[in-house]
Amino acid sequence: MVAVPDQGRAWAAAAAVPDPEVPCVTVADLGILREVVVDGDLALARVSPTYSGCPAVLAIELAIEVALRDAGFDPRIERVLSPPWTTDWITAEGREKLRAYGIAPPVQGAGKRALFADVSVRCPRCGSGQTEKISEFGSTACKAQYRCMACAEPFDYFKCI
Amino acid sequence: MAALFDAVLELADDHLILGHRISEWCGHAPMLEEDLALPNMALDLIGTARTLYEYAARLEGRGRSEDDLAFLRVEREYRNLLLCERPNGDFAQTMLRQLYFAAVMEPFWKAALDSPDEVIRGVAGKAVKEMAYHVRHAGEWVIRLGDGTGESAARMQAAVAELHRFTDELFEDSAAAADCGVLPARRGMRADWDRVIGMVFAEALLEVPEVPFPQTGGRAGLHGEDLGHLLAQMQYLQRAYPGAEW
Repeated sequence: MVAVPDQGRAWAAAAAVPDPEVPCVTVADLGILREVVVDGDLALARVSPTYSGCPAVLAIELAIEVALRDAGFDPRIERVLSPPWTTDWITAEGREKLRAYGIAPPVQGAGKRALFADVSVRCPRCGSGQTEKISEFGSTACKAQYRCMACAEPFDYFKCI
Repeated sequence: MAALFDAVLELADDHLILGHRISEWCGHAPMLEEDLALPNMALDLIGTARTLYEYAARLEGRGRSEDDLAFLRVEREYRNLLLCERPNGDFAQTMLRQLYFAAVMEPFWKAALDSPDEVIRGVAGKAVKEMAYHVRHAGEWVIRLGDGTGESAARMQAAVAELHRFTDELFEDSAAAADCGVLPARRGMRADWDRVIGMVFAEALLEVPEVPFPQTGGRAGLHGEDLGHLLAQMQYLQRAYPGAEW
């Protein structure tokens, strides 16, 4: 039987890996680290990509591999597509970290929108709901660009999918 | 198994070829936001293609890799929809092509969420959301340009005239797709597609044209000249330096 402390240690090592494109949150905060299974020296991390073509996937997998190796494990990484990751899996702590970093966290209730309906996104700086979308696509695949009409700051919105 | 391999390859080819087409806009888009949007959409499509090629390579089991399937086949071996290989034209044509494609793939992947095949279900789960996003983004542009200035409206109507003849093929089920047993029937997507296109066209003040001679043949490897040019660019490195890695 697997020793529980090892299991916890492997999870902690993998979970602390920051996202390379949004370094204020960890892979655990984002919910893309599904689980870490320890069997003897082996540690298998299951990871889900945020977007089909997320270019950070390889960097994330490599970083988790390194973290597990540094913690004394023989790492294995498995990419899991199903069930698909959704922004609803971002933890409450992750959402707060995003906001503090200046990125509006996704409005919850993924994919329930009508074709052209817009969500109301709160400015992460001043909290105003008076914001407007500048672009559906932002600096990374997972973000859109917004602007706050109250404090005039442009900001990233972590898209809700 | 052979049918499934062929059917997965068809889907992969659609996504790679359209993804590559859109990526040609990188650095050339009419505004910064679109210069971010277009490569992002290309990434969605190429990401989906990668997973599908990886799966196809595994199904085939002859040692070909996803890269071999993408970079070492010639035009006649490509099975993509003709719409996907059409040149970018102007921005209006690119956005209309994206709307046409995404508006069929959104209901397609939605239906594929119930596929008995685990990989297809996994791909569908991601792609259905991404396609919904593409429909919205491209749809908004079609409306903005169609109901815009005299010039933008003329260009969008010209794009419709150019591309509409490739849309019947979106609803064709190849023998492989019909036989594989794990993909939804494309002909079943017509009603959803008509509804979305009808909605967008009504707002965009565009008319659905008569198409006397619908163009088809992509699934049989019968392509336009443009696909060869696309492949020549996309495959250049692997052809010039076989096996190159970096």
